Amino acid sequence: MTTTTEAPALTPVAAPRKLSYVKAFNEGLAQAMREDENVFVAGEDVAGYGGVFRMFDNLLDEFGPRRMIDTPISEAALVGLGVGAAARGLRPVVDLMFMDFIGVCLDQIVNQAAKMKYMFGGALSVPLTITTASGAGLGAAAQHSQSLEAWLAHVPGLKVVMPSDAYTAKGLTVSAIRDDNPVVIMLNKVLLGSTSEVPEEIYGIPLGQAHTARHGSDVTVIALGRMVGEALAAAEELAAEGVEIEVIDPRSVQPLDTETMFASVRRTNRVLVVHEAVTFGGLGAEIAAQIQDSVFDYLDAPVLRIGAPFSPVPFSPVLENAYVPDRARIAQGCRRLLERS
Amino acid sequence: MAQRVSTASKKSTQVSARVIKNLHERMVRIRLFETEAGKLMEAGKLPGFLHLYVGQEAVAAGVMAALRDDDQITSTHRGHGHAVAKGVGFREMYAELYGRVTGACLGRGGSMHINDLTRGMLGANGIVGAGVPIAVGAAFAARYKGEDNVAVTFFGDGATNIGAWHEGANMAAILGLPVVFVCENNGYAEFTPQSGHMLLTDVADRAAAYGMPSVIVDGMDAAAVHRAAVEAVERARSGAGPMMIEAKTYRFFDHQGVKGLRHPYRSDEEVAQWKARDPIDLLEVRAVADGIATRAELDDVWQRTRDEIAEAIAYAEASPLPDPADLLLNVYSG
Repeated sequence: MTTTTEAPALTPVAAPRKLSYVKAFNEGLAQAMREDENVFVAGEDVAGYGGVFRMFDNLLDEFGPRRMIDTPISEAALVGLGVGAAARGLRPVVDLMFMDFIGVCLDQIVNQAAKMKYMFGGALSVPLTITTASGAGLGAAAQHSQSLEAWLAHVPGLKVVMPSDAYTAKGLTVSAIRDDNPVVIMLNKVLLGSTSEVPEEIYGIPLGQAHTARHGSDVTVIALGRMVGEALAAAEELAAEGVEIEVIDPRSVQPLDTETMFASVRRTNRVLVVHEAVTFGGLGAEIAAQIQDSVFDYLDAPVLRIGAPFSPVPFSPVLENAYVPDRARIAQGCRRLLERS
Repeated sequence: MAQRVSTASKKSTQVSARVIKNLHERMVRIRLFETEAGKLMEAGKLPGFLHLYVGQEAVAAGVMAALRDDDQITSTHRGHGHAVAKGVGFREMYAELYGRVTGACLGRGGSMHINDLTRGMLGANGIVGAGVPIAVGAAFAARYKGEDNVAVTFFGDGATNIGAWHEGANMAAILGLPVVFVCENNGYAEFTPQSGHMLLTDVADRAAAYGMPSVIVDGMDAAAVHRAAVEAVERARSGAGPMMIEAKTYRFFDHQGVKGLRHPYRSDEEVAQWKARDPIDLLEVRAVADGIATRAELDDVWQRTRDEIAEAIAYAEASPLPDPADLLLNVYSG
């Protein structure tokens, strides 16, 4: 898993098509539904309304009420519906709207979807895709703003992906639906309107394959989801100071492509891990531990982590801005690492 | 309110002789599987937990005799009876209890997780109530694919206090899915009597909250359970939506294990009263009285089953253990 080749390569054209993150998701989902009759979508307000984040716009018109199902507000039954349907050969996409709601249905995700194949002695697969929106930044407060990837990445049997831009939103969505395992897609709420170049054809991005979003020689910044953009912005700031940072976007946090990270550490010898979730017990701890297990001798400084403080996400914008890591903190972290030697 | 079906005055001949024999054989198979498993547990041969189904056989037999092989069921932590009645083989079941690689889950599941897709057994479940939404999903898949099979979800009285049950019931009702909800009301949620965990007398009344018809049957009368199940299954198969059956039954052993009476949560008199209505005895007495079977024919079923079970236990004991090198097998697909 050391390659960072994308599929497909972006072809240079006169006027490259840009698409928003949410429309890229929508396009990938629609193409996956056209590709496979067994794909259907169920969730709260996904059909008639098109989803509270417009994720499912126009899908009811094309696919009809058989494949676009509005359900009661019943997350446990919703995920359970997906588990049972997946066990019977369908490829359900169930939407949990806000990631914070997974507490209501964690049993169905953790004890049922994740373990079913294992406990069935391999006799079936659970090709279930769970879509949800994570992250702070909308003033949505503590029950609508969390990034809970560490909860899910800790569970054997689950896969978790965190698209960082429109291109990855589409490719990871297609791969998640095609995958024979339960996959949670954590779309970031702040990124929904952001645009990037997105090919029109259907394409998947391999799960468990990191992408080097920027090449650099001085510090490796491993950034999750929305933090990729912040890290790239920090890189521009640091480049003006003569510091070249390498930005790695894992894209998928379970499975996690540690080989790409290790290779980068061997080149830069300094690592900063940044995520929006609280630092304590976050994926930064896991990544830091794996790096010291495998490439400790290449490190010129301890692995540094940047994440949110150990607090619920605050409401007031001034507090929320202080809570979420940003380009300034990332740049500062890189400077600290460089000061070590 | 639930429809109450009185069974006291109805003779076993209201179902055919063939069905009576079928119900009898299914119940005997469950009874012997369970009592032998209990002996193995007492002898210290089985790891883990064992939740015995003895006493409740009429429910599994009655319902499963109304199903086809391609109909799906989800079960509970007390799931052996459902698996046996649905046709899962003794060999893979005992091998799983022993933790052998030849078991139904390759030794990864144990007593609480026996399944068999080829028999529509979508799994026993260690989480109370969790199988309910999964059955709803299986029923959804059937309708989506244009197949006419139904899903049956089994649960106890205690499970109807959990959110997943209510969410699943409402979801099945609002989507009009072919699901049959079967409550095996044995009067106890683990060690807590029904009066201590809900104010209702009849669990079936909960179905009304979701616009779902329901029926209450004597869960010690396999023929009565069967008649109710046939009606509910035919209803679901025809597209008329879900229905609930509450079978009043009783657990002869404790919540877990064979002899674990540390907590005197039920009286000896109560246990004796229910044992006096042993579902297999009731059926046998009526079958003989009605001329459906002779005592010798019934005894032959017991003996054939005993032989089959002895062979299956020997198979399990002779089976290899899983290889620790394969610990990660089947965590993921692909």
